[in-house]
Amino acid sequence: MSKNADLFAAFFRVGMLGFGGGPSAIPLFEQEAVKKYKWMTSDEFGDTLALANTMPGPLATKMAGYIGYRVNGIWGCLVSLFASVVPTVILMIVLLGVLQQYKDVAWVDGMSEAVVPVVGVMLAILTLDFLKKSKDSLGWLRAVIYTAASIILMEVLGIHPAILIIIILVLVFLPLNKAGEPK
Amino acid sequence: MIYWQIFLAFFIPGILGYGGGPASIPLVEKEVVDRYGWMTTQEFGEVLALGNALPGPVATKMAGYIGYTEGGILGSAVALFASVAPSLILMIALMVTLLKYKDSPKVKNITKMIRPVIAVLLGAMALQFFMTSYDTSGSIQTIVLVIISYWLLEVRKMHPAYVILMALAYGALTGFF
Repeated sequence: MSKNADLFAAFFRVGMLGFGGGPSAIPLFEQEAVKKYKWMTSDEFGDTLALANTMPGPLATKMAGYIGYRVNGIWGCLVSLFASVVPTVILMIVLLGVLQQYKDVAWVDGMSEAVVPVVGVMLAILTLDFLKKSKDSLGWLRAVIYTAASIILMEVLGIHPAILIIIILVLVFLPLNKAGEPK
Repeated sequence: MIYWQIFLAFFIPGILGYGGGPASIPLVEKEVVDRYGWMTTQEFGEVLALGNALPGPVATKMAGYIGYTEGGILGSAVALFASVAPSLILMIALMVTLLKYKDSPKVKNITKMIRPVIAVLLGAMALQFFMTSYDTSGSIQTIVLVIISYWLLEVRKMHPAYVILMALAYGALTGFF
């Protein structure tokens, strides 16, 4: 029961503090699932994020739903989904009339604008974290090559991240891959 | 049958939209405005603006709200289910399969190989947020907010929730002056 209460609290916070949609809430998910409740390691979080990015649909609900499922089965999944989705939907329906009047008001705009660079910093910190781990596990040379290749493929050539992740999955599972387990 | 239409209108963007909720907004607009004519482009834009001003996932706020206006509470529930359930079920099935083999060297390799990709994805998003901030708040505000929030998060190790709340308070204040 307390597991469900933790899940609710965690994803309620993520939902209420994440401005700009699911993807901008990624650092908040990491804060709750890895740092605060230690439901998964930072590596597992990276894998979950990679897979969530490869699949279609909203990111936040895939993350919340899966983490909830892992922690406490179907009920954990439902509680997490409820916590991340329902409060903000209710807010949206209830406040619609009020917000319609306030949407161009300066202080509301100011609030959403001031959050943007802060989310940027949080994402940059996570980026450094992943780069450091790449260096630790791959060695700096391979880490630099892989990172550079990812930048060129995704940012310069505009290849969709889902395609790149699928290619990595296929390469890793190819029997010819000598780094894999022997048959 | 309105509930079936609501289901389809949010099921299709949920299955076709890659890159999270915000990326699927144009697909939602196509269904809601072009196909079913539930609202005009203008109205859709207004709802989207409100959805962006509130916290939480964008796709579910849009689905929940539009479902509610077209079919009441049940419509809202149907729209939420359609946008969330299909991709989540797929995700859980795949992750469970992957975890079953998590001690195999191949699966460990996936984790290693995917790290740089995730780093680049996150880095690109960070850059995008800095650019947006530069466009809307200007360079001085952006730099000051970046330095202060970095200091609070990394040096003072403050919880991100407090840093975000402080940024919200600061943003509200700037609106008054």
